[in-house]
Amino acid sequence: MESKLLTEHYDKESFRTLKGYQELGGYEVLKKALKMKPAEIIATVKESGLRGRGGAGFSTGTKWSFLPKNDEDRYLLCNADEGEPGTFKDRLMMERAPHQLIEGMIISAYAIGSKKSYIYIRGEYTYPIRVVEQALREAYDAGLLGKNILGSGFSHDMDVYRGAGAYICGEETGMISSLEGLKGQPKLKPPFPAVKGYLKKPTIVNNVETLAAVVPIIRDGAQAYRKFGTEKSAGTKLFSLSGDVVKPGNYEVTLGYKLSDLINNEGGGLKSGRKLKAVIPGGSSAPVLTAEEAAKATLDYECLQQMGSMLGSGAVIVIDDSHSMVDLLSTIMHFYHHESCGQCTPCREGTGWLDKMLHRILLGEAKSQDLDQVLNVAKNMMGRTICALSDAAALPAISFVSKFRDEFERHLKEGFKEGKSHAQMHH
Amino acid sequence: MFELSKEGKEFVKKELDRYEDRYSAIIPCLYWAQKENKGWISPEVIDCLAKEMDLPQSRIYEVAMFYTMFNKKPVGKYHIQVCCNISCSMAGGRELMGHICKKLGVTPEEVTKDGRFTVSQVECLGSCGTAPMMQVNDDYHENLTTETVDRFLSECK
Repeated sequence: MESKLLTEHYDKESFRTLKGYQELGGYEVLKKALKMKPAEIIATVKESGLRGRGGAGFSTGTKWSFLPKNDEDRYLLCNADEGEPGTFKDRLMMERAPHQLIEGMIISAYAIGSKKSYIYIRGEYTYPIRVVEQALREAYDAGLLGKNILGSGFSHDMDVYRGAGAYICGEETGMISSLEGLKGQPKLKPPFPAVKGYLKKPTIVNNVETLAAVVPIIRDGAQAYRKFGTEKSAGTKLFSLSGDVVKPGNYEVTLGYKLSDLINNEGGGLKSGRKLKAVIPGGSSAPVLTAEEAAKATLDYECLQQMGSMLGSGAVIVIDDSHSMVDLLSTIMHFYHHESCGQCTPCREGTGWLDKMLHRILLGEAKSQDLDQVLNVAKNMMGRTICALSDAAALPAISFVSKFRDEFERHLKEGFKEGKSHAQMHH
Repeated sequence: MFELSKEGKEFVKKELDRYEDRYSAIIPCLYWAQKENKGWISPEVIDCLAKEMDLPQSRIYEVAMFYTMFNKKPVGKYHIQVCCNISCSMAGGRELMGHICKKLGVTPEEVTKDGRFTVSQVECLGSCGTAPMMQVNDDYHENLTTETVDRFLSECK
């Protein structure tokens, strides 16, 4: 069942404008928040159980509480550099409800005591950028941004920063580097951004959906939000459903919802005559699930973690029996090789090796022992780099080859007709 | 030689003051200059921006080289970027890419003789629910078929 805490009014054209948003209660929560103490808002967000919706799933309130308790300048950075393959929810949120994001951001900025925020939007999203920029102008004109917001004494400025095409800028320290006018290379942690971030000032980086979710949490309270979802995965979440389903799209459901229900109810099931082969539950970095695992999985942080995978960004990619797992893994490895920023050797070299090895396997030019070499290289890429991209490349390699080893072996023996043309496309 | 227009020079000045740090203006200024230089960043563009922004060329160069949206080679008037990542591939993105290249008689990254088109294979653009898709200059085209692509190409003047 869909539960629309965030997306209820997304179908209404007027919801994108300030007037339409306000007619449906927009910015009333901001008024309420500005009367609360900042610490009270942080406590409410913590109690709500809200976890980062961009991929890492870290407690939002806890992240905020890492900020130094002094009056040093601090920044709020909205991560709208949506790039995890399979994910297209932040785009929808910005296109359909820019004011919901802005309201969530002003409340969050007030809570953490930030006078300046940026919405870092991926460069290709030219339309969402236009929509958000228009909404920002409306908000400034209405006194919702700028000096002394709604007479509260709180001042805040918000701006959009356009990225320029780099998956790695979705990693929070990579994003900070990019905003600083550098190559988008991640920085070593600690210090974490909450202590030393943008221009070495304390910085909170939160995903679009996380910041938007602050609105219903402050409106209804932590307990009301907790009524949705499970104990460890509170609330609702948008899932980007793509691949071999009849009705791909974004669906907001309560966390803990059954993966098979998302595929069969919201997604309208598989195309006729097809059998489910695998599901990638949380974007291309998330270890793949077999059809058997997918049948048992629920969409929450703990279940997918127990299954050795992750909820990630909520990008559910459904794979039926018409696709070759060898071909799909080769596509994924090409992506990570292309996107590695190059500063850590295990990632720069490892993603290159994996891409080349998978390419050879796809062409049928490899030997069976090369599969072990894939696993060996992937295992050596984990936990040894500045950011998680290396692990994000290794995890699908390990899960695809281990769970579908038979298919990889068969492919090496028999070859694969479409392999050549597809492989040539990659290189 | 590349020179920014008067409007471009004003834009650079404004961007340099817009952020807390001058360096943050590099990406927005590269975008602007790329538009004035027919869609790509030539070495002359870097020289010009270094002068206008009063920053070392190396700083601008490294940013331009890092990000995929700054084209390092000339592109056609219509830069067709076809997503061939996982969900698009599953929906026929690669076949579409092949079809467009064949139809235009080019290999990826090559500019057609009449200067109108360049075709590039790109990574996920966040249109996985409306796959396959392509981006042409700033605009997304989604739920594509060879028919809709052919129609689009014939309308490109």
